[in-house]
Amino acid sequence: MSTQRVVVDPITRIEGHLRVEAILDDSNRIRDAVSSGTMWRGIELILEGRDPRDAWAFCERICGVCTTVHALASVRAVEDAIGTRVPVNADIIRNIMFLTQYVQDHVIHFYHLHALDWVDIVSALKADPRRTSELAQTVSPHWPKSSPGYFQDLLGTLKTFVESGQLGLFDNAYWGHPAYKLPPEANLMAVAHYLEALKWQKEIIKIHTVFGGKNPHPNYLVGGMASAIALESDHAINIERLNMVRTLITDAIQIVEQLYLPDLLAIASFYPEWTQYGGGLGNYLCYGDLPQAGIDDPSKFLFPRGAILDRNLSEVLEVDPRDPEGIREEVAHSWYEYPEGQEALHPWEGTTKPNYTGPKPPYEQLDEQGAYSWLKSPRWKGHAMEVGPLARMLVGYASGREEFREVVGEALGRLKLPATALFSTLGRTAARGLETRLAVHWLLAEYDRLIANLKAGDTATANTERWEPSTWPAECRGFGFTEAPRGALGHWVTIRDGRIAAYQIVVPSTWNASPRDSRGQHGAYEAALLGTPMARPDQPVEILRTIHSFDPCLACASHVIGPDGGTLAEIVIR
Amino acid sequence: MDRRLRETTYEVLSRHGVDRRRFLRYCTMITAAMGLPSSMVSQVVQAMESKPRIPVIWLHGLECTCCSESFIRSSHPLAQDIILNMISLDYDDTLQAAAGHQVEEIRRRLIEEHPGEYLLAVEGNAPTKDGGVYCTVGGQTFLDVLLETAEHAKAIVAWGSCASNGCVQAARPNPTGARPVHELVHGKPVINVPGCPPIAEVMTGVLTYVLTFDRLPELDRFGRPKMFYGHRVHDKCQRRAFFDAGQFVEQWDDEGARQGWCLYKMGCRGPMTYNSCSSIKWNNGVSFPIGSGHGCIGCSENDFWDNGPFYQHLAGVPLPGVESTPDTIGKIAAGAAAVGVAAHFGSFVAKRALFGDKESKPADATKDTGDEA
Repeated sequence: MSTQRVVVDPITRIEGHLRVEAILDDSNRIRDAVSSGTMWRGIELILEGRDPRDAWAFCERICGVCTTVHALASVRAVEDAIGTRVPVNADIIRNIMFLTQYVQDHVIHFYHLHALDWVDIVSALKADPRRTSELAQTVSPHWPKSSPGYFQDLLGTLKTFVESGQLGLFDNAYWGHPAYKLPPEANLMAVAHYLEALKWQKEIIKIHTVFGGKNPHPNYLVGGMASAIALESDHAINIERLNMVRTLITDAIQIVEQLYLPDLLAIASFYPEWTQYGGGLGNYLCYGDLPQAGIDDPSKFLFPRGAILDRNLSEVLEVDPRDPEGIREEVAHSWYEYPEGQEALHPWEGTTKPNYTGPKPPYEQLDEQGAYSWLKSPRWKGHAMEVGPLARMLVGYASGREEFREVVGEALGRLKLPATALFSTLGRTAARGLETRLAVHWLLAEYDRLIANLKAGDTATANTERWEPSTWPAECRGFGFTEAPRGALGHWVTIRDGRIAAYQIVVPSTWNASPRDSRGQHGAYEAALLGTPMARPDQPVEILRTIHSFDPCLACASHVIGPDGGTLAEIVIR
Repeated sequence: MDRRLRETTYEVLSRHGVDRRRFLRYCTMITAAMGLPSSMVSQVVQAMESKPRIPVIWLHGLECTCCSESFIRSSHPLAQDIILNMISLDYDDTLQAAAGHQVEEIRRRLIEEHPGEYLLAVEGNAPTKDGGVYCTVGGQTFLDVLLETAEHAKAIVAWGSCASNGCVQAARPNPTGARPVHELVHGKPVINVPGCPPIAEVMTGVLTYVLTFDRLPELDRFGRPKMFYGHRVHDKCQRRAFFDAGQFVEQWDDEGARQGWCLYKMGCRGPMTYNSCSSIKWNNGVSFPIGSGHGCIGCSENDFWDNGPFYQHLAGVPLPGVESTPDTIGKIAAGAAAVGVAAHFGSFVAKRALFGDKESKPADATKDTGDEA
């Protein structure tokens, strides 16, 4: 049997450092895959002994692409531990910031990180601007920038750029690869929208700036939000600030409805074969998010909590992140060691010591029989799970939520695909777009909910009853969570005498990019690559498509260190 | 390949039938896009006529990518104008179309074929503990990647606090031995652009300054451009009048918070933080942390993570009535650790000329690289 091994390192157009090795069979089909996180920073160890009210700022720096998500999970974990709850306005503002992040992050992912897997820039040079204009007007009749002159200008710019010989970011890529299927006009339209989306993304995040002072990395606060609301003040959130937020939301609705969704469906229609590949595990996990009646009532979350096993959409299983037998992490194939006799640990009990046993750099390949990643292997009741947009859409769909059924049904109808098509690379990419559609309309709904609450006379944004550590129990522990754009994110904190005694984080990309576990079960990336044919093994377009469909975030995934603290293990390099 | 670094923007445009008049109009537009006054159009014209786009290698080490995210938020100029018209971003694993060996090949080719001609932008820093195994790219340690790329770079821009001063992974106890660029690379001009992340227009401002005026900006003793890090956030803060009047927020969401009073007592680091947040502000001037009700955490200062807790107010800042000098505050903020760093950066003032003719290039800009850590 062939043992051709394709190594892709670095995987580009992601956050952080990821390596994939794929083993091909004689017909160049992937028969086994290895996913390795090649970076580790030790944030949790750095958190120990610090003021829990500061933790959000440290955690937020786990990732600047999914900025806000770790800050949100962290303030929720600390609030849970010290037993405080935030005012309604703070919950709504957090929801608004959460949804803003979704819309911005998903649009950037589609156009700037994922599109070049499907769009051939060089082919765009052959496009006829007039026919591109016709195509654009068919795909999205209400989007204003679609005249022949607009595409003519763009074509000129593109030609100048390419003919300068300085291709920059687009150099040495896979243009002309047989896996690219779009006609030149669709490619040119996509290039235009790559630039439009790049211009727009800096606008929507101004919502973070209004409430959090900056983006990336806006400010959060244990007990609420720091941006006071005072309708009669010129130094607080007032009607001018609120109007800015509303305008940005309505612009975002236009971008999602008239640019992102039409482009997504148009491009998807050229790649039906990608509903056959990349399905992977078929197990899906969500913590849920977007509280409508406070953090303690998951039944009222807009994103429901639950799990699906074996693609069984007729049953949504209950998930309890506090259950010691539920979520547990393994290190059988990770560069960490566990205490003697321990195979899997719940985050409350998690202990981690780094123990690099990989090859001495520079190295050519990893050994999947041993440890091969800085990521642990989180499992839910022993199952490897996929998290992220596809998991959320499926759990929402299977939970019978009408909004989910509508957007999924409409998209499948337009593409003439059955629901089973969702279990694929293209399904995952489509799910991200569909949930962006939900998100951008929920964004307006949350804004309206904020206005209604202000109108009712409630302007409180912070609960300071438990601000002083003297009001906290001597020892307490809490769980904080969110549905980050890339999936279920959990923070588990233990506080002793007003200081962080232990902090554990289980991150979406750790679920998805995890190495094999003690039973040899693949993580989600590895499983999704199996069975995919590669047209040209030295040009890994197919691997990039499936890996990018998960939107990897490795700075998040590979931050982990346990609460045992103390000195790190001596590292032995073989 | 030959043409890559030779043809100027003007040559490319004229080859496509763009006449002189349209070219000048284009230069005027680009000048405006860069946020420069119209008096500088002639310099932009000259740059477009005489210089090919400078190749840039943008490396990512231990980081969170917030600097890249900030960069693409720039309003003037737009990030795409920089990427398409002003530089040739030849290597950036966050945005690159190619992956794996194809992208590493690009980096190696630039180092081999164009030594001393490319600008190196570094986002993140290098773990130095245990042989650098805590960050590898293409099977190589990031430390090696950084050193071999820096050795032949024309100059280095250290993006953000990670590359400038270590940032979060270098906070106590710094488990991976993460160290900023200037501690690892010697004999090269390094511009530190700290902040977590830096303000978008500061990032694009530093780049366009270097490209437009052919020289490094004037740097302070920490290697930071004075034009963006010359004043404390406190100096131009919109809440400064309340500080002077002794009106402080005492509790979150209290009446003072609603009236926009000073956040000093809530732990604000504005009085010890040198950055442009209160002047340029964030995301095209919408707000800045203090403007939105939370104190500054001092994210552009050395070791700010270990200067907490963030909500404990600063000691040593004289209360209203007595004006502190930046030097006094600077000493409180930076502490003894600053001394070594200052000595390192002191030498930069003499090395500013960068992209001018060969004669005016600093003699040691492309030598003296054999002593990296």
